[in-house]
Parts: sequence; C-alpha cells; structure tokens
Amino acid sequence: MTEAIITDPPDTRPEVAPARMAVRDLLSEAVAGIFARPGRTVLTVLGTVLGIGALVATLGVAKTAGNQIVGRFDELSATSVVVTNEQGFFGGGGPRARIPPDAEERLMRLNGVNAAGAMGTVDVGGALVRSVPIPDPLAQTEFQMSIYAATPGLLDAVRGTLLTGRWFDGGHSERADRVAILGPGAAQRLNITRVEQQPVIFIGEDPFVVIGIIDSVQRQPGLLSAVIIPEGTARELYDYTSATTVQIDVEVGAASLIAEQAPIALNPNEPGLLRVQKPPEPEDLRREVESDVNALFLVLGGVALLVGAIGIANVTLVSVLERVGEIGLRRALGAARRHIAAQFLVESTAMGMVGGVIGASLGVLVVVAISAARTWTPVLDPWVPLLAPLVGGITGLLAGVYPALRAARLEPVEALRAG
Amino acid sequence: MTAPVVELRRVSRVFPAGDVSVPALVDADLVVEQGDYVAVVGPSGSGKSTMLNILGLLDRPTDGAYLLEGIDTSTLNEGQRAGLRSQRIGFVFQSFHLLSHRTVLENVLLATIYNRMPRSERLPAAEEALRRVGLGHRMEFLPTRLSGGERQRVAIARAIVTRPALLLADEPTGNLDSATGESVLALFDELRNDGLTLVVVTHDDKVSQHAERHVRLRDGRIEQAA
Repeated sequence: MTEAIITDPPDTRPEVAPARMAVRDLLSEAVAGIFARPGRTVLTVLGTVLGIGALVATLGVAKTAGNQIVGRFDELSATSVVVTNEQGFFGGGGPRARIPPDAEERLMRLNGVNAAGAMGTVDVGGALVRSVPIPDPLAQTEFQMSIYAATPGLLDAVRGTLLTGRWFDGGHSERADRVAILGPGAAQRLNITRVEQQPVIFIGEDPFVVIGIIDSVQRQPGLLSAVIIPEGTARELYDYTSATTVQIDVEVGAASLIAEQAPIALNPNEPGLLRVQKPPEPEDLRREVESDVNALFLVLGGVALLVGAIGIANVTLVSVLERVGEIGLRRALGAARRHIAAQFLVESTAMGMVGGVIGASLGVLVVVAISAARTWTPVLDPWVPLLAPLVGGITGLLAGVYPALRAARLEPVEALRAG
Repeated sequence: MTAPVVELRRVSRVFPAGDVSVPALVDADLVVEQGDYVAVVGPSGSGKSTMLNILGLLDRPTDGAYLLEGIDTSTLNEGQRAGLRSQRIGFVFQSFHLLSHRTVLENVLLATIYNRMPRSERLPAAEEALRRVGLGHRMEFLPTRLSGGERQRVAIARAIVTRPALLLADEPTGNLDSATGESVLALFDELRNDGLTLVVVTHDDKVSQHAERHVRLRDGRIEQAA
C-alpha cells in the first residue's frame, strides 16, 4: 500500500512551485544585512578602499608623471637631431662622407628645421693657445685646447647664448677672417672677460681676434671649453676638410621626419654613410616610464586589494557564523540554498563596489594632490575610475564565494537550533 | 473529500552516529485533518523535534511517506520543498527567531519575500497579521523593545501572514512566563477557531491542555494517539 503511493507517477500530483525570490527583494535584503552592522561594514570596506585607492592612484600618478616627463622632454631633446659622419674603419682615415660646406643652407630648406649648424674639430698640429705674446714665468699662459670650426648657424642650433660680443657670420667665414669665439671655460683660462678692446689670442703663432664669449649652450657642451673659429678660416689655415657633427634644431614633432631627410640632403649619393641621432619617440618614452612606475606600484596595489579581499572574506565568514540563526529562519520561511548563497554574495559584492567607489575617489584625490604639490597636470585615463567599482565588486564577489557556500550548506534544522 | 493536511505513513528517521545508527522516530503513523489542534508531547529525546522537523519539511524521513495536503513530499526536490515551506507551513519557535535590527513589520514581511505573494498585497497582509495578534500599534518598533510575549506574537504574525495550511509551534511558551504564555495559547485557540491547523510540540501540560488531540512520543515511537 505504502509502496504504491510512493511510486505514484508524478503527473498525478499537483504541481509544486519551487521557492522563488525576486531580485528586488534579494537586493533589499542584502542592503539591510549590510546596514545591520554599519561599524563592521565600514571596517570591511576599508580594505577594498585601500586596495582600489592604491591602484587608481598608481595608474594616475604613473600617467601624470609620464605625461610630465614627455612635456619636459619635448622642450629640448625632442627637438634635437644630430648627424655625424663616422670615422673610417681604420680610425684617422678621415671622415667617410664629407659634410658639404653649405650644409646649413641645405638643411634650412627642409620644412621643420629651426636652426642648423655644423661643427668639427680642427687639427692644429698640437699648437697651444695663449692670450699674451710674452710668456709670464710665474703662471701658465699656454694651454692645450680644443679648437672647433663652426658654421654661423651653430649658436642657434645648440640653443646657445653669448655672454658678451657676437657670433661670427657668413662673411667672416668667406673672408677667412681670423676671429674666434671662446667658450666660457676657455675664456676663463685665457683670462679674457671682455671683447670691447678686441683682445687677441694666439693659436700657435696665428693671432685671432676674440669677438665673443659664450654664456651657455644646451647642446654640444664640448663647445664650453673650446675655441671656436669660422669654418672658412679653418679651411684656409689648417686644411680643415669637413665638419664632423651637424646639430639641427627642429620643430616639435618633426624630429623623425628630419632625421630621415637630413642625411639625404647632406649627402645625396650615399646618405647611409651618415649617422643620425634622433630622440626616442615621445610615445615610446612615456610608455616606458608608465610601465616602470606601474609594474612596481600595481603589484603593491594588487597586494592591497588581495588583503582587502581577504578582509571581506573573513568578515563575511564571521557574519555567516553569527547569523546562523537568521539563515535557519530564512530556510524555514522558504528560502532555498541558492537564495541564502545569493544574499551573502550580493552583500559582499556590494561592499566591494562601495569600497571601489570610495577607493577610486580617494585615488583621484591623491593624484590631484600630488599633481598640485608638484605643479603637474593631473592626467588619468577615464576608464580607471569607471572600472574601479567593477574591480571592487568582482573582488567582493570572489571574496564572498566561500562564506556564501558555507551559509548555503548549513542544514536548517541545525541552524535553527544553533541560532 | 479533501486530503488530510498531514499524513505520516510508517515514517522513520534514523541518525547515523559513527558505526551505530540512532533511531529518532520509528514507524510513526499520524493523520492531521484540516482544523485539528494537535499537541505532540513526551519527554526530551523522545523524537518530538524530529517529528516537527519532518512535518516542517526541514528534514526528510529515512523511511516511510509524508503527505502534505495529499502531496507526497519525498518526491520533491529541495527547491520545491522550500516552495512548500514558504506557502503552506508557518513556524513558531521557542526562541522567536526575530531579526533584532529589523522592525516588527519588516520581520513579518520577511515571510512574504520567499512566498509568491504579489508585492502589492504584502504590506496589507503583514499589517493585518499584526493586528490579528494584537500588535497593530507596535509595527515600527524594533523587537528588542518588545516583551517576550509580544515578540512571540510577532513570530506568530510572521507565521500566519502567508496563510499557511499548517502552523507548527516548537515549545511556543518555553521562554515565556505563565501569564504571557497563557495569552499566547489563547491566541492559538483563536487562530484554531478561525480554521487554522495547529501542531504544537511541548512538554508542558498547560500547553497540551489547549489541544484537543494528543500524540505522546516515547523513544521515537508513538505511544498514544488520540
């Protein structure tokens, strides 16, 4: 008899609807659970706040710093292109490709070139430089100095300024005038501070009138301790054949183009013989800086987030154990296991999301504060603060899995007895 | 004729305890008709709670069949059993099991969210249930501000808000003094007169006196059923 009833075909039974819980009820129950113990919730959320905050601040600071470096870099290095003619394979065999005397004109024709100038070391056969014809026995008056031949445009190309006097022009070079410009180091050693009275220096036995003294250069610092003479003068007096270095000052953003065009302009037959130094692409550099900063601090942020996740998991687990009675009651009221699991998952996810929102806000504030302190422009990818709550929510979700499963596994009978 | 609210057919529940198994309920037969007021009595350890848990679909018998309103519950899955609990069964516990940080009204509404009650009917139903137990003036109170008797009334309101077929009470007056206990029992009498089917587990004679049927358990066996 009993057997017969138990094995009754199921379709004779009335349909029994399984337990159901509306999403809206699930959310409101979870919110109520969160606000039941506000103090604890705040502490729980703190871990995620720190983790997400660290991540957002890291990404923001890296981006800001990268942007800042590129900004500075633009001002000087990104506008510099240098062309050199490599020495022959057996050094001393002279330059492999001649840099033509009209290098400046050729380069200035290129669109994007602000200034260009050629320079090269002059071989004076070991002659010393002195400023007075009469040797003073008490002091050193003769010096070994680098002698450079330069073209008129070089001063602008190296972004140099003069302390006094003037730079030579094309006329000086064409006439092979015996004039010289001194770097500040050379001027100091030769004890020359003014040029109004046309002081004379001697390179070996050849006199030169000093017409200017350099104050500073932003490129080619070798000029600072050198004696610079016009290219034409060097050619006539010292068999100077070719410049070795061409310094070009280009428009921002034109570096790559000019680096390509300059060798062709200078040596159309065999441009490959000239070597070009151009600045790294700003994009590459910024990426490099960002990845350096990111790699380090993202690890720290990740660790903080992990700690935050463990915090959520821990507190949710404690909360599950404390609320055993409530879980039993809900089961008795008709909650299925999945409803219990869902409630705790939503609670931990919501705490993670709240942590993400607060953390993202704090992270943005940190970026702005650091930028303000350093007078930088704060830069932040818009997706960073937008994704932060999502990352926080995922953290909370993952952290809640184990406690939620523990809660769902509780047997209602035991849960009611324990609670 | 409609099926009885409860029908137990040779129901047994055996708990495994290491190598031996402990029978908590043995070959129990019981029929509770619509409108019955049944007291399950017996000394502690006699299987009263086991029987209540099985009746409340919180536990499954290891043997035998339990039919709730003619539905063989052993063929149901967990989700369906939970669904039946939410719609056909109300629980009243000795320790009330109220959520202390939710208001009286919210505690009663809790029973409606797992029930398929339409949202618009929930609040009126909860308010009506609270008025029914005489707590219409305490709806926004927290349970911590209520007396023991009032708390148990909230629990009863929560149990009846879903209009269950069967109200199960486990030592409902165990945590109450005799005067408030009496008032709770008087409420049970009223509910019973309204047609509610009641099964009360107790070891208190004063409680069982209110019931018209008594099931006495000893060592897991039904000793006497009237």
